[in-house]
Amino acid sequence: MTLSVPSFVNVGERTNVTGSARFRKLITEGDYAEAVSVARQQVENGAQIIDVNMDEGLLDSVEAMTTFLRMIAGEPDVARVPVMVDSSKWEVIEAGLQNVQGKAIVNSISLKEGEDIFRHQARACLSYGAAVIVMAFDETGQADTADRKYEICERAYKILVEEIGFPPEDIIFDPNIFAVATGIEEHNNYAVDFIEATRRIRENLPGCHVSGGLSNISFSFRGNEPVRRAMHSVFLYHAIKAGMDMGIVNAGQLDIYDDIEPELRDLVEDVILNRRDDATDRLLEAAEGYRGQGGGKTKERDLKWRDAPVADRIRHALVHGINEFIVEDTEEARQSFERPLHVIEGPLMDGMNVVGDLFGDGKMFLPQVVKSARVMKQAVAHLIPYMEAEKEAAGQKHSSAGKVVMATVKGDVHDIGKNIVGVVLQCNGYEVIDLGVMVPCETILETARKENADIIGLSGLITPSLDEMVFVASEMERKKVDIPLLIGGATTSPAHTAVKIDPSISVAPVVHVLDASRAVGVVSKLLSDQRDSYAADVKADLAKIRERRLAARASKNRVPIAQARQKAWDCDWSAHTPPKPNQLGVQDLRPSLEDLIDYIDWTPFFFTWEMKGSYPAIFDDPNRGEAAKSLFEDAQAMLKRIVAEKWLEPRAVFGFWPANRVGDDAVLYTDESRKEVLETFYGLRQQAAKSNDNPHLNQFDFLAPEGTPDWLGGFAVTAGDNPEILARFEADKDDYNSILFKALSDRLAEAAAEWLHEKVRREHWGYAPDEAFSNRELIEEAYAGIRPAPGYPSQPDHTEKRTLFNLLDAPERAGISLTNSFAMTPASSVSGLYLSHPDSVYFAVGRILRDQVEDYAGRKGWTLEEAERALAPILDYTPGANSNAA
Amino acid sequence: MTRTERIAALEALARDRVLILDGAMGTQIQDLKLDEDGYRGERFADWPSAIKGNNDILNLTTPDAVKAIHKAYFEAGSDIVETNTFSATTIAQADYDMQDLANEIAREGARLARQAADEVEAETGSPRGVAGAIGPTNKTLSISPDVNDPGFRDIDFDTVRQAYYDQAEAMAEFVDFFLIETVFDTLNAKAAIKALMDLRAATGTDLPIMISGTITDRSGRTLSGQTAEAFWYSVRHARPWAVGLNCALGAEEMRPYIAEIARLADTRIIAYPNAGLPNDMGEYDEQPDQTASFVSEWAEHGLVNVLGGCCGTTPDHIRAIAKAVKDVQPRRPAKRERAMRLSGLEPFELSA
Repeated sequence: MTLSVPSFVNVGERTNVTGSARFRKLITEGDYAEAVSVARQQVENGAQIIDVNMDEGLLDSVEAMTTFLRMIAGEPDVARVPVMVDSSKWEVIEAGLQNVQGKAIVNSISLKEGEDIFRHQARACLSYGAAVIVMAFDETGQADTADRKYEICERAYKILVEEIGFPPEDIIFDPNIFAVATGIEEHNNYAVDFIEATRRIRENLPGCHVSGGLSNISFSFRGNEPVRRAMHSVFLYHAIKAGMDMGIVNAGQLDIYDDIEPELRDLVEDVILNRRDDATDRLLEAAEGYRGQGGGKTKERDLKWRDAPVADRIRHALVHGINEFIVEDTEEARQSFERPLHVIEGPLMDGMNVVGDLFGDGKMFLPQVVKSARVMKQAVAHLIPYMEAEKEAAGQKHSSAGKVVMATVKGDVHDIGKNIVGVVLQCNGYEVIDLGVMVPCETILETARKENADIIGLSGLITPSLDEMVFVASEMERKKVDIPLLIGGATTSPAHTAVKIDPSISVAPVVHVLDASRAVGVVSKLLSDQRDSYAADVKADLAKIRERRLAARASKNRVPIAQARQKAWDCDWSAHTPPKPNQLGVQDLRPSLEDLIDYIDWTPFFFTWEMKGSYPAIFDDPNRGEAAKSLFEDAQAMLKRIVAEKWLEPRAVFGFWPANRVGDDAVLYTDESRKEVLETFYGLRQQAAKSNDNPHLNQFDFLAPEGTPDWLGGFAVTAGDNPEILARFEADKDDYNSILFKALSDRLAEAAAEWLHEKVRREHWGYAPDEAFSNRELIEEAYAGIRPAPGYPSQPDHTEKRTLFNLLDAPERAGISLTNSFAMTPASSVSGLYLSHPDSVYFAVGRILRDQVEDYAGRKGWTLEEAERALAPILDYTPGANSNAA
Repeated sequence: MTRTERIAALEALARDRVLILDGAMGTQIQDLKLDEDGYRGERFADWPSAIKGNNDILNLTTPDAVKAIHKAYFEAGSDIVETNTFSATTIAQADYDMQDLANEIAREGARLARQAADEVEAETGSPRGVAGAIGPTNKTLSISPDVNDPGFRDIDFDTVRQAYYDQAEAMAEFVDFFLIETVFDTLNAKAAIKALMDLRAATGTDLPIMISGTITDRSGRTLSGQTAEAFWYSVRHARPWAVGLNCALGAEEMRPYIAEIARLADTRIIAYPNAGLPNDMGEYDEQPDQTASFVSEWAEHGLVNVLGGCCGTTPDHIRAIAKAVKDVQPRRPAKRERAMRLSGLEPFELSA
């Protein structure tokens, strides 16, 4: 059995007059407006729940609680999270409950004053609709041992659940965190007692939760923050493992467990776990040595470079991607140079040249370069106003190495790769005009003309984008736009460029750019004196590729479709009974981000950053290991924020329908009578000649033919998107985080597909209820059944997505729609079909002959031309030619 | 049929098909074209302030007309009608200085609906329910009426709770359900829920509760700012017999939010949209077959258990809806994993 990763909810404690001196001051002075902004900051910093406490002797606590909660009710940024109404006085709690429209948590009730009062308060909480924290406190006092803590909680649980009907999931026990290492021997086991009680509560009192106020534990080390932080982290590490899932924790007072200096961690662990009698003494002795340190966690930051001359400091900042001081350094440089432009041409470009060289030598990696670019952009942004003022004064013109207009073509929304190329080009002094995604041809050409661009760059990920690129090229030909054209993006290839794009344009050179690291070389050559000879070389290379392809095609035999169908894949359907889904029809889900994280396949993430190597082996790579680790840490940190601040809202929709294979297609029926056709998914079959007895596959071969009931599934998932966050990064000139966010969104979408497929196999279709694979096995597709996606090799026709999306009602149920080119928006989305046959496999249809295209067009009610356009990337012939003889 | 039998019969019926609620009361009252005197009747001929527009007072002044509207809905196919008591609270009646009459209005409204139901039940032999309508009042607990003073309220929770308590107690003898409806501020609804729970504890009146929120526009939020999901978590402790949405939107606009609640709620779903969005003149143009085609699509997709209409809908709309969904399987309640689900304006979840 696999245990899910424990979740932990951190409750913000800044709006607590007993915990925050500042908040107390604001409330006692009646400055509620400012007090609300304390709450706002807390939510902005990721608090998922805010604790509100007004227990202060000099305050009218009922009045203060009422007023404050009414104030925040009008602040959507604050009121979006639930409130924890915190008081030791019942009338204050009740006042709080009367002023929150959401479902709150009461903190706290207990058996302190006996069962009757406890029952009364619990019933009231139920009728106000609140969850409760129950303190391990009874008529005889606060529980200190594990046994007492557990016994009180068990007694309270029984009263709540069995007598009052309180939902167990709305009960949170607080088994009292007390200070350890106080010098009093009886206190030494307090942490162990809490952890042990937590374990027993979670094991024996089903449904409930465990919480605690963390800062108590380290009370005896007040003033020694590094030791306190270590104690908090170590305690939490063990308590969470035992089942603590909520707490009042100052996130700033926590270190990452693994980052605590090992020696300190051991000492602290001895104290927390009460592992040796002298643990307290040993920690006390060592504690002085940590006092005032950065926490024993982060390596002492070496700021010696700050003493160097400004040019060196700028170079250092660029090479190391440190943006902390760049504005002040840039300003200092600006004041010492005659013109702001000289700062760019001088220290900034010098620094970026070093970056470029290191990148070229493979000593820096893309994530680092993008970080450098962020520093560069911020420096340039600081200088721009001065340069504009100067320009205005003198009418001078800013010069750059060259101007590149870039765009993701119409119908496509994918831009990670394009953005990376843009950043790298900017690092090398090129001016980049990025038109964004879904850019129509006219806009690209018009901008290029108006801006007097030196280069046009086109990007795209989905196969229909290839056609759009051909269209842009032919328009350039028609309008005689003689600007060199760069082609890039995941589905582009030298072959496609050679065969499709290059022949359609003669007025300008076309170059396929494999990845960002090559872009600078290509652009600089195209803008140098050797442009013509370079262009001629490229053209010659493309011609060679074309010849080779023609030759290769001639050598590869294809068989007529009728013959391929004779050798379709076939199993003994009488021996296999296709499993029936537990539930037919369409359903939607909202997976939680936490759930998805476990399903992330990290290897493609590193690919995105042009760091090829599989995860986690890439960390051991002697060259790239460090950069990979650093990138991974940044990714993890951002993932945490994505989760904590709900940057993304993943959604999923899926459905199952009665279906059978009819010919090469899958026919879906409205119900089990299988009389009325609901929809048809069309299939394509391999036509490449096979040397052995291997079948010519069609993805619907894995679906039972008529007569044997079978079912087809379909799904669409998205990680969602967040234009606000992206706009924020853009405003900060922070391409690094922008790309990182998109790359993580893509990973989460793929993770959602993996997560959903597993859920489908285990529950909704339910043919593998006991399946238990590790993440690695999932990535390696060890499970039974496939989820081929329209537009991918098993069925390269993107238009099939339209059918799928209609069936799923995907725009409404999952918020995913299709562009005219059948790209999914949000871009971080995945869709596909589900087939359950245990022997089903992914495959590539490969190139197909005109006979199949004609037949396919007939089935879909298309003209031949429409079919040829949709299937352009896999045609084994040139449309329009008379014969398809191989 | 006793009340217990009737509730059981309706519950059984709800397992087989979509139950039908009634349509708008206000639209039907408008058709009566009553003037000020019509509202006043004899009893309030000398009332010091104008009362035209106080639809609930008609329970006292033109009881036959109100009862006839209920019967028209039953005859159109309603299984349950709502009492004409949307504003029968001391708080809402204060607008007409009629706060002292609130309980009488509520009690008479419930009695009229009961009479209509009993008559139709006797004629047809099929169970006919009455839902005691509990409106939002014209005050809001979560929003300050003074933009310059966000902490200010012109009413408090306990006053609202008491008003609802009185209203529910007045209706209790005659109704089969309580329906807390048109919830634009969830805190008001929570006061109503508390009142009903207090009434249960004090008098033993334990009737099923239905709760219907109002998503005000395409932002997908209530007037007080909650998402549909957050709204559900805020009222779920009432363990409602049905939860859903009404008013403000037409069926077309309401669908995503009903689908959202249907996905989440482990109880029945009730939905009664307006007849489309109002036109420039504030009138509702959507025709019965249009409304019916929207909501029957919901039913076919397994989103709903109780369907009716709100502003602008008529007995013809109800007839069309009843016909369109008569053979459709009702929704099955959503099953979800156990988790602590809290809310602010937005939902929060911590799995158990």
